[in-house]
Amino acid sequence: MTEVVTVERERAGAGDPVVDARDVTRRYGAGDTAVDALRGVSLGVDPGQLIAVMGPSGSGKSTLMHIMAGLDKPTSGEVTIAGTSIGTLSDTELTKLRRRHIGFVFQFFNLLPMLTAEENIELPLSLAGRKAEGAFFEDLLERVGLADRRTHRPAELSGGQQQRVAIARALVSRPTVVFADEPTGNLDSRTSGEILELMRDAVETYGQTTVMVTHDARAASIADRILFLADGLIVRDIGRSDASEILAAMNELSDR
Amino acid sequence: MIRVALKGLAGRKLRTLLTALAIVLGVAMVSGTYVLTDTIQKAFDAIFTESYRGTSAVVTGRTAFSAGEQNGEIGAVSFPETLLARVRTRPTVDAAIGGVADETQLLGRDGEVITSGGAPNLGFSVDPTQPRFNALTLTSGGWPRAGEVAIDEATADEQDYAVGDTIGVFAAGPVERMRISGIVRFGAVSSIGGATLAAFDLPTAQKLFGKEGQLDQIRIAAREDVSPAELVADVRKVLPPTAQVRTGSSQARTEAQGTSEFIGFLQKFLLAFGGIALFVGSFVIANTLSITIAQRTREFATIRTLGGSRRQILWSVVLEALVIGVLASLVGLFLGLALAKGLNAVFVHFGIDLPNTGLVFATRTIVVSLLVGIGVTVLASLRPALRATRVAPISAVREGATLPPGRLARLRPVGALLLAGGGLAALLFGLFRDGLGTELVLLAMGGGALLVFFGVALFAAKLVRPLAGTLGWPSSRFGGVAGRLARDNARRNPARTASTAAALMIGLALVTLVAVLGQGIRSTFTDSVEALFVADYALTAQNNFGSLPVAVGEAAAKSPGVEAAAGVRSGEARVAGKTEWITAVDPDIAQLIDVEWAEGSAAVPAQLGRDGVFLDEDYATKRRLSIGSPLKLLTPTGRRLQLKVEGVFDPPPGGSPFGAITMSSTLFDASYPQPKNQMTFLNTRGGVSEENTRALEAALKPFPNAKVQTRQDFIDAQAEALGQILNILYVLLALSVVVSLFGIVNTLVLTVFERTRELGMLRAVGMTRRQVRRMIRHESVVTALIGAALGIALGVLFGALLIARVDFIEFAFPVFSVVLFTLAAIAAGIVAAILPARRAARLNVLDALQYE
Ligand SMILES: Nc1ncnc2c1ncn2[C@@H]1O[C@H](COP(=O)(O)OP(=O)(O)OP(=O)(O)O)[C@@H](O)[C@H]1O
Ligand SMILES: [Mg+2]
Repeated sequence: MTEVVTVERERAGAGDPVVDARDVTRRYGAGDTAVDALRGVSLGVDPGQLIAVMGPSGSGKSTLMHIMAGLDKPTSGEVTIAGTSIGTLSDTELTKLRRRHIGFVFQFFNLLPMLTAEENIELPLSLAGRKAEGAFFEDLLERVGLADRRTHRPAELSGGQQQRVAIARALVSRPTVVFADEPTGNLDSRTSGEILELMRDAVETYGQTTVMVTHDARAASIADRILFLADGLIVRDIGRSDASEILAAMNELSDR
Repeated sequence: MIRVALKGLAGRKLRTLLTALAIVLGVAMVSGTYVLTDTIQKAFDAIFTESYRGTSAVVTGRTAFSAGEQNGEIGAVSFPETLLARVRTRPTVDAAIGGVADETQLLGRDGEVITSGGAPNLGFSVDPTQPRFNALTLTSGGWPRAGEVAIDEATADEQDYAVGDTIGVFAAGPVERMRISGIVRFGAVSSIGGATLAAFDLPTAQKLFGKEGQLDQIRIAAREDVSPAELVADVRKVLPPTAQVRTGSSQARTEAQGTSEFIGFLQKFLLAFGGIALFVGSFVIANTLSITIAQRTREFATIRTLGGSRRQILWSVVLEALVIGVLASLVGLFLGLALAKGLNAVFVHFGIDLPNTGLVFATRTIVVSLLVGIGVTVLASLRPALRATRVAPISAVREGATLPPGRLARLRPVGALLLAGGGLAALLFGLFRDGLGTELVLLAMGGGALLVFFGVALFAAKLVRPLAGTLGWPSSRFGGVAGRLARDNARRNPARTASTAAALMIGLALVTLVAVLGQGIRSTFTDSVEALFVADYALTAQNNFGSLPVAVGEAAAKSPGVEAAAGVRSGEARVAGKTEWITAVDPDIAQLIDVEWAEGSAAVPAQLGRDGVFLDEDYATKRRLSIGSPLKLLTPTGRRLQLKVEGVFDPPPGGSPFGAITMSSTLFDASYPQPKNQMTFLNTRGGVSEENTRALEAALKPFPNAKVQTRQDFIDAQAEALGQILNILYVLLALSVVVSLFGIVNTLVLTVFERTRELGMLRAVGMTRRQVRRMIRHESVVTALIGAALGIALGVLFGALLIARVDFIEFAFPVFSVVLFTLAAIAAGIVAAILPARRAARLNVLDALQYE
């Protein structure tokens, strides 16, 4: 209970970004074969916003996301999550931080095959030794449309349903920010539409701050802010746009 | 998290089952051993208690020193019969009877001695007029009168003997034919562990055993109101120093002690093999868990991104092991019970039925079995569990993520070598450092061997590439594409192949060690027999180690054609405060057994007379004795002999038939009661010939327990006995080899699972099911051969070290056995591959390709 309250408070302090990256670089490998995936990126994620990150393959989208989520460490620069600089945290401190502040939605769902849908959704809470709040949990299940699928195992669910489970799992602990790396990358266009609606819905109803990597202009059109990455740098940063504007921006970038 | 672990297990049933099997067998061995030995112990306790039920006190002969083993009534010294009358006069004594007992063979209808699996042949007197002292009950006929015998029911049934038949009875003299007066049981059972029973009246028994005027035992019943302790104190007043008295229950305990010691030894011996199987099982568990954990990298990473801590990951793996351990130990516990039951049934089938006391399932059995099984499993899971905690959360989003190598991975080969080196050092210390206690020696050697196994197993990852290259050569040469791929697969994940092979290595190292020792003992023994044995024939008991009445040798010596004959008697004596094994020889012995003389000459044995002895050189050196030294010797009956050293011989490495001290048979027969020959050697006119053999056999007709052997027969008989011991060891070690086979099956099943997509691709591009099966089979064989190569090398090393320590065995390489073990390893590999290969071949191409 107390935890949820703190989260609300931090969120309420509007203006302060919930995740803040400063001059982040990331280099993979060393010597001749070294790859600079990020070459100096600064980005603040404001609370209650849905940010879409776009860019050609290999531009560093995933890398940026991993670093902002504390899964990977930057080669240089600083990342602050909910006011805590993560550079010096130990593994245990980082794990605790993730528990409280971060949710994930993966392209390949990453559900545990032996657990039911409901158990998969509850997993982040179980790991933290917490229980789901009954009303919120029911509302969430209803919202993601899984109320009648709760005892099914991942193998018995369609891709879209599996991704709904994953989204519910990301939302269940009411994290400060949810990261989603190509959440619709593995789904057909109709199912993608439903999933995007769901993510937008979470932003509207729960004020869920979300960062989403995507290749799909239609997906990006639900975002409040759209970033374009190329060669490890943010090359454009635009506000809410519709699909055709986004496509135009994408073409413009690739023509350059 | 607990749920994740448990559901994970439930979702991997086959793997869990195979993993558990690795521990089940070891635990079954432990619990089975306890149940079996406890049951035997209880049965024997019951026998001895039953035997002295109505007896308040027992008088027995007292040896002048506590001899090595006083096993029950047989072996103790006798005392004069006149003591009985004196005991009867005591006021506390209500009734007393005298009795004698000795080894007594019964003859079957075929004229051969009846034996059953080394069980004793007991003969003793009964006094039916005093039923309170009598533990026997008649099932038919009557009690034996003069010249009659009563035999046990099991023997009567088996040999089809009935009351009124005549039966051959053989004890100290030639065979006597007696009428069967009755059939008896001991208490309520028809047989005591397969022993044959022959009961006589006292004078008949005394005559038969050569104990006229003597008794082995007086059983006393106290008057009412007299406690056994008071009775003992009162009777003790009339006893000479050569006799002692104990209460009935204390006598039962004393007699049970010999069996208890044997059962205790049997228990430790069998437990050791259970321990080895568990040790091998721990390798299998650790390996299986490592593989499953590697395959679940993504799962662990996802849990970590969702906020799972390292500790939670650690516990989920350990918990999984705990569950496997509990299940396996429970199954093992009851399998052990079944095993003991089965063995008991086997015993009964062979007529070795123990008094039916029911299987003893002690609390200790349950506690130890469960603790050991669960403990081993959990310990084995720690390393894989720690590795699982090192999975980085980011692996959740990376394709083909693998377990990160440990922080110390680079140091691993060095650490492994240090471990093996340390183990070897401990082993050498235990072996060659003089003056360590037995326990310390065993600890240093056992612990050392354990460390060597660990070290080599860890280092083996480095050896897999070259070994698989060499050992897999036939596969890649003759196995076609499948064989080539198999060899590459075996080399693909060296750490995995290495630890799979390591489990087999342990079993094979021990089997090879046994073979090396066996071969060494056999060849050294053969060499020494060939050097010593210049006689044409040897006479031994049918079982090769029992002793024969002196009369046997005398009868053989009178046989036509015999030119020289000499017996070797044996006994114990107290010399300079120590109990020594001594022998006595007839004068002709130097013509029959040719030893090297360090001091004196081959003329010495014939000139020992009544006060001369010759010594084994080791003994002489240790005691600083040489020709002319005086020697004081105390016999078990309390006679003090003043002797003089006449010669010192140098025994060959394989030992000689002579003890530390050897006297003349004349002196021995005058000083030791009921002398018997351990062996008798003979020279015949014209050497070994069919005619001579036949003549000897005819002369020995009255002594069915005697066996005529040529030198080659003699060597063969000893080799056969050794072979039997080796076979028992092989069977017991086979258990751990089977456990390691489960390890191979496990690894292959997991590997097939892991390579599902790859197998689908291979099938899609044209690999037939047959080729798939062959590929898996060859990989299995290559893995098994790596284990065999490592194991055989270690076994030979251990064997050579052990032999270097003990100077009575010489090293001989067991070529035949090693070839056999290699073939067995190949066969094992093929068998282990059956299930995994079938699974791999059954994969549906499309499903396999879509597998995620
Ligand atoms: N673990 C790694 N080791 C080495 N190089 C890496 C690693 N991960 C990413 N890279 C490199 O870093 C660069 C950025 O990769 P990243 O995965 O962030 O791209 P992305 O924008 O997510 O691409 P995509 O749209 O294909 O997912 C690429 O050139 C990639 O090859
Ligand atoms: Mg990416």
